Amino acid sequence: MDIILETLSKIGFMFAVIMGMVVVLIWMERKGAAFIQDRTGPNRAAILGVRLAGLVHPVADVFKLLFKEDIQPSGRHRAFYNLAPWLVMTVALSTYAVIPFGDYLTVAGRKVALVTADLNVGLLYILAVASLGTYGVVMAGWAANNKYTFLGGVRATAQMISYEINMGLALMGLVLVFSHTATPGYLREFLGTDFLSGLRLTHLVAGQGELLWGFLPKWGIVVQPLGFLLFITAVYAETNRNPFDLPEGESEIVAGYHLEYSSMKFALFFMAEYAHMVIGAALIATFYFGGYQIPWMPRPVLEAHAGMLLTLKLIAVAAVGFLFALLFLRRTQREKGKFGDLRDNEPRLGAGLWLIVALAALGGLALRPWTLGPEGASLFASLMQVGAFLAKLVFFAWLFIWVRWTLPRFRYDQLMGLGWKVMLPLGVANLVVTAVVLTIV
Amino acid sequence: MSFEGLPKGTGAKKASFRDAIYFWEILRGLGVTIKHLVYNIFHTAEMPTMQYPEEKRVYSDRFRGRHRLMQREDGTPRCVACQMCSTVCPADCIAIQGAEHPDSEIEKFPETFEIDLLRCVFCGLCEEACPCDAIRLDTGIYEIAADSREKFIVQKDFLLNNKEDGTY
Repeated sequence: MDIILETLSKIGFMFAVIMGMVVVLIWMERKGAAFIQDRTGPNRAAILGVRLAGLVHPVADVFKLLFKEDIQPSGRHRAFYNLAPWLVMTVALSTYAVIPFGDYLTVAGRKVALVTADLNVGLLYILAVASLGTYGVVMAGWAANNKYTFLGGVRATAQMISYEINMGLALMGLVLVFSHTATPGYLREFLGTDFLSGLRLTHLVAGQGELLWGFLPKWGIVVQPLGFLLFITAVYAETNRNPFDLPEGESEIVAGYHLEYSSMKFALFFMAEYAHMVIGAALIATFYFGGYQIPWMPRPVLEAHAGMLLTLKLIAVAAVGFLFALLFLRRTQREKGKFGDLRDNEPRLGAGLWLIVALAALGGLALRPWTLGPEGASLFASLMQVGAFLAKLVFFAWLFIWVRWTLPRFRYDQLMGLGWKVMLPLGVANLVVTAVVLTIV
Repeated sequence: MSFEGLPKGTGAKKASFRDAIYFWEILRGLGVTIKHLVYNIFHTAEMPTMQYPEEKRVYSDRFRGRHRLMQREDGTPRCVACQMCSTVCPADCIAIQGAEHPDSEIEKFPETFEIDLLRCVFCGLCEEACPCDAIRLDTGIYEIAADSREKFIVQKDFLLNNKEDGTY
């Protein structure tokens, strides 16, 4: 019974993270694009005058798409047309099952692994499920019975097949390295030792908590820099994001595979794109940036200094809270009566909220966090790890957006040339060099 | 990469190694965009975007806005229904029906004077053509919106009392 409850709560947590991130990413994309292009971006939708710098717009979008008419082309293949958006979304959501977002959480004296499914072939599972995503795209493109969607689907197939190979090859180097890394002592009892441990994501991440030559965190990017470049490129291609968003290349094939979808079916494709970005970010963080690991601070260190770290953290939160409250107060003065409606109350609300945060942090300090007991320290370490994972997730998701608004789209022949003529040989070379080096060392 | 097929003098060069490996140039591009982003976050006030309904652009006095018909001192239109404006109009958006004016000094007056604002191209030729300065585009009104096509066909009474608030 316990295990079902645990698994359900872990699934719930990941689902909440993904869906929350989707909303935040849509906001980040619009606002980031706007600021990069010297615009202000969305700032109109408001709930009682509160605009949250445009965060209300995704909410408004959801309601708009929910109430829109679902227009379907008459020549569609009914079953596949209706299935495709769900397939895309399901695949996007199921990849998260094997991604660890912390090592363990102690609940009532029991150590609960912070990963939904600790598969011993987690990496293969990710590659397999990610390639299933192609089916949704191809199905959508073909079932809509429109030449542009068809072209989009065909492009998606070719692109994903080409880049999946590179993705797998880039990861194999990593697997070789971490199959040779012993799991850290404090986790060995909990995780056990395993044949082919490089394929198991919990081992992979635990191994990245070690130090290389005693000072460098043994993150994937440190041991496999070329592998990282190949992998990140392949991930961008797999998620159909710029500069590889040819399947939807709107200047050539209107909107590509999801052209004939409207209403919530379109919304599913839209959300799936962002969910894929979150996966991509999670994979990059997990494989090459130590997942939940905080550099130089594995769990024993975190637990030993938990009291001091928590105190410092609360002080920092209080300082940031007061700073933001001050900034908002300044805005209250500067923008007095700017709009002449409810929106004028916004800076005051912001100042109030940040003040509450700062005061809560100060209140936390009053509870004397430096005398934290071992149980509290364990919980603090777990929370710090989850926080580190989420921070990396947000950064790499932002990188997707940043790259999109920097680079132009590849031409189709350039895409294929890069995939087959540049990345594939480099991937093979990387694998061979890694194997040779590991044999010698 | 080869460019044999290209005619000479197109400026196509073989990419240098630095360009061919992409990554250096991608990093430079990312630097450019993040510079804009950070600058704009801390200088929101300098952004060229105009918050339209709250802020409005100031146009010059010569801006051609929505038309108005001028009045005589007694409030009747100055227009003598000579059809010069509707003749010169390139969009053919002015329709005038003239009638005998009760005052024998004045030959005619417009019984109806319609302008289809959806067809008007705001070229100002009607203004130029008018012999008695009866039609002008100097109201400065550019917020011309309505919820049906019929409402854009405006009549004499409306044009004679053209208010700046833009209401129909």
